[in-house]
Amino acid sequence: MISLSVNGEARTLDVDPATPLLWVLRDTLGLTGTKYSCGIAVCGACTVHVDGAPVRACVTPLSAVANKSVTTIEGLSKDSSHPVQRAWIALDVPQCGYCQSGQIMAAASLLAKNPKPNDADIDQAMSGILCRCGTYSRIRSAIKQAAAQKSGGAT
Amino acid sequence: MNDLTAPECINESRRQFLKIGAVAGGGLLIGFHLPLANRAGEAEAAASEFVPNAWIRIDADDTVTLRVASSEMGQGVYTAIPMLLAEELECDWARITVEMAPADKAYTNPLIGQQLTGGSTAVRAFWTPLRQAGATGRELLIRAAAQTWKVKEDECRAANGVVVHKTSQRKARYGELAASAATLPVPTEVFLKEPGEFKLIGKSTARLDTPRKVNGSAVFGMDVTMPGLLTAVVARCPVFGGTLKKFDATTAKNVAGVRQVFAIQSGVAVVADSFWAAKQGRDALVLEWDEGAHAKLNSAGIRTQLEQAMKTPGAGARNDGDTAKAFKAAAKRIEAVYEVPYLAHACMEPMNCTALVKKESCELWVPTQGQTGAQLVASKITGLPPEKVKVNTTFLGGGFGRRSEQDFVAEAVQVAMTTGAPVKLVWTREDDMQHDYYRPATLNRLSAALDKKGMPIAWRHEMAGASIMTRVFPNSVKSGLDRTSIEGAANLPYAIPNLHVTWAMENGAVPVGFWRSVGSSQNAFITECFLDELAAAAGKDPYQYRRALLAKHPRHLGVLDLAANKANWGKPLASSRTRGIAVAEAFGSYCAQVAEVTVEHGQVRVQRVVCAIDCGMVVNPDTVVAQMESGIVYGLTAALKGEITIKDGRVEQGNFNDYPLLRLDEMPEIEVHIVKSGEHPGGVGEPGTPPIAPAVANAVFAATGKPVRKLPIRV
Repeated sequence: MISLSVNGEARTLDVDPATPLLWVLRDTLGLTGTKYSCGIAVCGACTVHVDGAPVRACVTPLSAVANKSVTTIEGLSKDSSHPVQRAWIALDVPQCGYCQSGQIMAAASLLAKNPKPNDADIDQAMSGILCRCGTYSRIRSAIKQAAAQKSGGAT
Repeated sequence: MNDLTAPECINESRRQFLKIGAVAGGGLLIGFHLPLANRAGEAEAAASEFVPNAWIRIDADDTVTLRVASSEMGQGVYTAIPMLLAEELECDWARITVEMAPADKAYTNPLIGQQLTGGSTAVRAFWTPLRQAGATGRELLIRAAAQTWKVKEDECRAANGVVVHKTSQRKARYGELAASAATLPVPTEVFLKEPGEFKLIGKSTARLDTPRKVNGSAVFGMDVTMPGLLTAVVARCPVFGGTLKKFDATTAKNVAGVRQVFAIQSGVAVVADSFWAAKQGRDALVLEWDEGAHAKLNSAGIRTQLEQAMKTPGAGARNDGDTAKAFKAAAKRIEAVYEVPYLAHACMEPMNCTALVKKESCELWVPTQGQTGAQLVASKITGLPPEKVKVNTTFLGGGFGRRSEQDFVAEAVQVAMTTGAPVKLVWTREDDMQHDYYRPATLNRLSAALDKKGMPIAWRHEMAGASIMTRVFPNSVKSGLDRTSIEGAANLPYAIPNLHVTWAMENGAVPVGFWRSVGSSQNAFITECFLDELAAAAGKDPYQYRRALLAKHPRHLGVLDLAANKANWGKPLASSRTRGIAVAEAFGSYCAQVAEVTVEHGQVRVQRVVCAIDCGMVVNPDTVVAQMESGIVYGLTAALKGEITIKDGRVEQGNFNDYPLLRLDEMPEIEVHIVKSGEHPGGVGEPGTPPIAPAVANAVFAATGKPVRKLPIRV
């Protein structure tokens, strides 16, 4: 049995501890917003937050998140009100949308650490999250917009 | 993907197919069986007293439901198609509900003859019929209001879901009028708005799918869930054409959660309670394959096959003038060999399909571009009539042509027939990469004759490659020619009096399929780069050289000039940057791009792309911009990185580590300019892709002085 918090809710799971967190989220907990695409941590579609840090759920065994706090796209906000989600909506970032949970979680994590990222910071934080539809320009703009909103809200 | 350039397809008697009907509780349904442009045999519309396959449904509570029969794979049809319906219906855009249409002949794409999303046809095909459906609804609602109020119809106007009587200012909501509208006869004629009257069409409109794509609630095929759902993973022979000899499932069955292991046509299926258990089970299988005839096949051997094919005359794709004679008169002759590799589609969502097969019915939940194909494949395998196969189309995590195939549907149905329970068949990334239908590798020999002024008087293009249509639509292959292979080459727009294009079909073991913009995706690279070689040989500017040869092609010229002007062609660039230009017509649209690149330390970096697109009348401008960005990025991965190689009969690449995609830090600045046009809409999903590889390659040529004749670009 492994205990952890998922989107603020305490969970105790009777699952093989070697199972990747991605499949525990998707198949055991029904949280399908976190996506499978590569399974080897090279595309970032499965990015979630573990104790606030971005983590590739596809290569993270359940045992590694015991007693930790996991946040998925479903838990980022209750009503898509996170500044990153708002900016994503305002700029109509997604196309097919499959990679976007990972993009948004990575962007939210970047802004939590660095409220005013420059282009180099965005490059570093986001270049590991692949998008086949080519939404990269809008992702960059949306991160900047979310950063502006965030700092605007703080003043 | 047939007859994609056909213009307006609605002919004589559309209205005889138009149906209206009532909804229980007092509502209106509007639908019709679309006449088919070219597949007349399919066109008999089943007379339905109801309209189960409506495009529009108006309920008494004012809910307006608009159906989309084209698959949403990122290209924005889930918004554009409702815009067509709503524009004429005059409903309240803020209150519409959109749902995916089931598989049904009523939803046939008239340009293709099937319910299939491909060839950048969705808006082109449905532009007229869906506006007519909307206008019919509006007329019926106005008529119902006029009859209720005992006033003239032309004194009533409809807007935002309300009919208003102008003089009395009486008002009635669509929901209130729907029941009586449903009892009226179908109007004998409806008027469509002039473009100047459009309220939605032509205005950037927020995508309807975005809210669900930022909070994880959008349901892709991979996310389908239902009680008792099992997951299946299949082990397939890694060698093309190989078959199963035997397998031992003892260890696989010991994996916790594995329920069943059995052979299907393509290999061995492992069915389990979860993906991870199924995958562990598959890893534990002991498999013996008969690798078959292609066990020794490799990329070098395939190239040799193409070289051999090039020695045959090839089928004539175009023959203007007398090329042989013109070569004899040439002041200068230029020759080059161009080649492109196999490419995988690499949709971010790997292939998958969920199926439930019962004795009397089959239901699919599938991210597919081809509903008709899915229905027919499931029908064939189960023995059920097609109408007993229900197809639920989910969102598609990318399509690019890959999801027009039915291999994953066939597997899911076979597995579900054995399990009895609903089962989700999931491909791993490696399955997806190694069992694709690849963009064909091709070999091309080009030669040109220039006159004394350096202008081309003859052009010869000999091509060799595999045919997609031979497998997909065999009847369309005539006189040894596959239209999709020669598009972008046989329709060369340049004023060259003697022009000879041939294509030699060489169908090898590697399966090939539609890949975003198909033949144009590679032929634009080949022809536009060779044209730059001619310009260089003539000592002329490549933009001006094109201009001189495009006098009779105003739409090519229009985008070429626009892209060149916006990119400041001819003006100095930041040091170390060079420019390249290319233009291509594809899927009824015209696109030119100027790429600015740097070549440093053997690395090509694309810094900026200026794109001009003429896609006729525009439905959602922001989507056009997004699709140009998208087509460019898809094409950039192909230009700079993409290459599938074969060794020992199998694909050497398996995942994004060895088949890398363009990353955010490699993204150029992209500027998109849309030509204002009153022409019939052209395609948007694909036309952005063809010009980018040659624009970049030509910029690299400008930087290095060495023509780029092979993809991916290596300097």
